[in-house]
Amino acid sequence: MTAALPQSQTTAIEPIIGRYLNLTIAGRRQRLYFEEAGDGIPLVCLHTAGADGRQWRHLMTDEAVLRHFRILAFDLPWHGKSNPPEGHERETYRLTTADYVATIRAFCTALALDRPVVMGCSIGGRIVLELAIAHAAEFRALIGLEAADFQTPWYDTSWLNRPDVHGGEVCAALISGLIAPTSPPRSRHETLWHYKQSGPGIFQGDLHFYRVDADLRGRVSGIDTRLCPLFLLTGEYDFSCTPEDTKRTAAEIDGVEMTIMKDLGHFPMSENPAQFRRYILPVLERIRALPEGGR
Amino acid sequence: MTDAETEEALARRFESVPRWLDGDDDLRRRGADFCTTCLIGIGTIPFLVTCERGLRLHLSRGPHLMRSWRFALRGSCLGWTRFWQAPPPPGWHDLFALAKRGEMTIEGDLHPFMTHLQVIKDLLTLPRRRAEA
Repeated sequence: MTAALPQSQTTAIEPIIGRYLNLTIAGRRQRLYFEEAGDGIPLVCLHTAGADGRQWRHLMTDEAVLRHFRILAFDLPWHGKSNPPEGHERETYRLTTADYVATIRAFCTALALDRPVVMGCSIGGRIVLELAIAHAAEFRALIGLEAADFQTPWYDTSWLNRPDVHGGEVCAALISGLIAPTSPPRSRHETLWHYKQSGPGIFQGDLHFYRVDADLRGRVSGIDTRLCPLFLLTGEYDFSCTPEDTKRTAAEIDGVEMTIMKDLGHFPMSENPAQFRRYILPVLERIRALPEGGR
Repeated sequence: MTDAETEEALARRFESVPRWLDGDDDLRRRGADFCTTCLIGIGTIPFLVTCERGLRLHLSRGPHLMRSWRFALRGSCLGWTRFWQAPPPPGWHDLFALAKRGEMTIEGDLHPFMTHLQVIKDLLTLPRRRAEA
């Protein structure tokens, strides 16, 4: 009789399925890679700047979530396994608010998602606020992680893409401080690995959106949370989008639910998945309990 | 403890970095190519840090006369105290977090600093990691 192997030594296929979606976004053909898992309420997850949808892999294998939610995570064009568009070699990548919104809406339309929930982190959190301002009726609920209407820059982004500094190493080293020092080393280094793999200039191009094109100060007070519930959650160790930034933003929005998460930084879903689920599961339960699941 | 005693205690912790580095083979491996001379300020106490190939560190406590360095990191006593706590309080846990809140300045030729940023961060975190051990 063979003794049972410890779980760490068994083989297992995860429930995540990856596919490619060819579609037109803002007049340009794009080949988007996305992953999905679970059944139920569609939940679209948006990765941080300079990273890709792998950040969500723990949520996408969490049976407590998969029972009720169909989780989808796409890589933005130029990121992860999504191609840059044809002709990319003749341009400098710069994410804009218009392109980001168009990408999210085109993805949801292409997959015929019925009023999905959108959860985004960092730049994904910022665009969630833009969706709440301009397109709230299209969504069942919105969740902004590490989200604020504005945050003070803390380094010069020209260091992110120059020939005499290794882009992957410097991107990862810069953002390493945004991970809570209490996060498990394994998850910390996996989060950093995503940044080391980003294409040249992509993190910098995403930050064009973050720093230049998406200053939402003075606009978030127009968010109607009766039309679409909004949840904001920020890690206490995030010194980029600080808890104070999120609190200031939340103070402008009637009906928003805000949480400061202990022992988490700027990448809650990937830097400490176990700690993150303590905060996100109750939010997802709240959304599931909305009248007709928020329909 | 007086301010001067606090500063002296912090300086002594910093002076232990080369000894602690000796037991960290991984950091020595990752930092093998890091060569520079920089200035690390612990409150009002300057240290010239020379780093040679193989991450061999030499600390020289100031004041110094007319010594050159490539870049300088100068932190306040409060900044270093909280940065080296295990675990550090939120907002005091990274060099850039200290800089953002005005408890550290980062000056000079930043090329060697940015090129070897993770190694420098890990070197300067050694007193915290030792406190955790």
